[in-house]
Amino acid sequence: MSSRTDKRPDPEELLRRVQATERRERRGRLKVFLGYASRVGKSFRMFDEGRRRKERGQDVVVGAVQGKISPDVEAILSRFEVIPPIAEHHAGKNYQVIDLAALFRRHPGVCLIDGLAYDNPPGSRNPQRWQDVEELLDRGISVITAVNVQYVREKQDQVERVTGKRAANSLPEAFLAEADEIEIVDAPPDALIGRTSDGSMPDPRRLAELRELALLLAADVVDYQLQEYLDSHGIAARWGAQERILVCITPRSSAADMLRSGHRNALRFHGALLVAYVQQPQLRAQDQARLESHLALARELGAEVHCLKGDDFVDSIIEFSREQRITQVFLGHSGRDTRFGLGRNPVDRLIDAAEDFDIRLFPHREGE
Amino acid sequence: MSPTPRGKLKIYLGYAAGVGKTYRMLDEAQKLRAGGIDIVIGYFEPHGRKETIAKTEGLEIVPRRFLSYGGSQFEEMDTDAILRRKPAVAIVDEFAHTNVPGSENVKRWQDVHVLLDAGIDVLTTMNVQHLESLNDQVWHVTGVRVRETVPDWVVDEADEVIFVDLTPRALRNRLERGVVYAPDKARRAMDNFFTEANLTALREMGMRHTAHEVEEKLWAVPAADESADEAPLEPGAAPPPPARRERILICLTGRPSSANLIRRGKRVADYLQADCLAVHVAADLNGRDAVERHLSFARVLRIETHVLEGHDIPLAITEFARARGVTQIFMGRSVPPAWWNPFSETVVQRVVRHARDMQITIVAEKRR
Repeated sequence: MSSRTDKRPDPEELLRRVQATERRERRGRLKVFLGYASRVGKSFRMFDEGRRRKERGQDVVVGAVQGKISPDVEAILSRFEVIPPIAEHHAGKNYQVIDLAALFRRHPGVCLIDGLAYDNPPGSRNPQRWQDVEELLDRGISVITAVNVQYVREKQDQVERVTGKRAANSLPEAFLAEADEIEIVDAPPDALIGRTSDGSMPDPRRLAELRELALLLAADVVDYQLQEYLDSHGIAARWGAQERILVCITPRSSAADMLRSGHRNALRFHGALLVAYVQQPQLRAQDQARLESHLALARELGAEVHCLKGDDFVDSIIEFSREQRITQVFLGHSGRDTRFGLGRNPVDRLIDAAEDFDIRLFPHREGE
Repeated sequence: MSPTPRGKLKIYLGYAAGVGKTYRMLDEAQKLRAGGIDIVIGYFEPHGRKETIAKTEGLEIVPRRFLSYGGSQFEEMDTDAILRRKPAVAIVDEFAHTNVPGSENVKRWQDVHVLLDAGIDVLTTMNVQHLESLNDQVWHVTGVRVRETVPDWVVDEADEVIFVDLTPRALRNRLERGVVYAPDKARRAMDNFFTEANLTALREMGMRHTAHEVEEKLWAVPAADESADEAPLEPGAAPPPPARRERILICLTGRPSSANLIRRGKRVADYLQADCLAVHVAADLNGRDAVERHLSFARVLRIETHVLEGHDIPLAITEFARARGVTQIFMGRSVPPAWWNPFSETVVQRVVRHARDMQITIVAEKRR
């Protein structure tokens, strides 16, 4: 049996993809270098890539440079044509705004923008720089840029928990997810220590936590890209690079144990937590209430809750698990002893059918 | 007299040949040399890559040793010569390499341990697919069974793991330009292993694994404000190990799928920071050799192994699990019952029936 099967998308989905592809072909390509702290070498990597592209004959210009420039970056920079950003002053603050008009006129093949997460002053064409970058892309100009995890909006709560600080300016994670390419610039924290310009000592533990955050963000973006690639090529893969845990609950199961364990496992593996229940008609009021409370807990733990339809519990779970690339299914031990029954126990049937995922059986605790 | 402090190990982790691991390592070596550190190349695999070879300029190389095997000459790292030279830092490419038979150590990582024991710091390179615990997943995704593996604990013990990133698109460009392999080999590689889907999945695994290594090291250094078990567990707030340590028991047999079972059980145990034991119940002498192989494989992965005598396998497993405070039993799927006795119970079914108070995981048996 092959682990890949053809998946036929519906016509609307096909149309959406064709349009997306067309749009993408007209658009410039976006490449983002992601780092976890300043000085990990993002800018150097970005300019170095620009240098290599220029040597291969591409038309590369620089659209923005960050404040302090290291000597190795400066050596590369001197070889580029620079279209400097416009310095603006507004309400006591200094701004550097990309000169879109000049860039549109010059219309290079590739534009290097160091520092993606800048705000533009009020009254600008776009409030934020990443939106300027969108416009460059829309006009067919490719952009290579660099950003720190601190500036990704969806990660700012976690960053604040680590550093106690929150950057005022940010960009949405979706902008990174939609990038054609994202590359993580990883370096051990010890390489950064002693490199601060203001003489303060960065805390190695904090740096390590930010580093983990950046690596996981990059992994999530790559996972999204993998899924997009597989979908757009009509490949229904039964594998993934991530642990995905499915907790199957019934009104009578010891759902709290399974959900907490599922939550903990998903966090440890940095994987996904899904919860499924099978719709049953004519559930007794008492059971319905128990099910509702299980589902409430599931949502509280951040699980993605799915209601499965279908006549057969086992078939529904197997089908859903394959579709969702599940790697572990959590299930309660079945309450009764069916040794002498004629029908096969659902747990046994699942075990027989499960080639692609582990099955973890949980003890049934009475009175829960 | 105090013993020599052990050398530090730094691993440059990539996800495929050609992402630039060796280049990054040599770049670091050049910086160390410029800083006056006594550094030598213990082993370097040029693969005919010009930019990489240029990076070795000025670095002292300890000559390789020659070994004959099966009428052919092989070159290996000369560990003794490096020990005699006793530099502060040694560069050792290809950590996962298997030495030619007749060498003192089977694996290069064991040679590296000899250097570390002598107080020499080592910089080395490997790919994520060389990790033992990912072997089955990598095979499932790519169809390639990686033979040169490194036990996970060897990587966990490294002082630093750095992810060397490159986008799959850039890597495939490199292949097309003949930077990585000769044109013929490059074309074959791009059609087989180096497909965009494979590379993307491997890259995601590499990012997630590096994040895991960063997190493991965070746990090793407890934070000042040790939070309670129920505290929100999120990256950026690394979770402390749970109050009650989990203990995983792997039930191994002589069946070939036991290797997969061992890897999977150990991987889950590592991520959950659980103890890991393996047990085999010797009901008869069938398949003794295969069982011995699996037991010694488990010991290489640092799993405590036990062999029990007994005719009632499920009972022996369950009693052992209770006596040892096991919280989770890992089993492979049982051989289906014989046609003449379709309602007889399998070992899995009987363990499930005996151990309703424990978590039992039946590990997937993936097929491609």
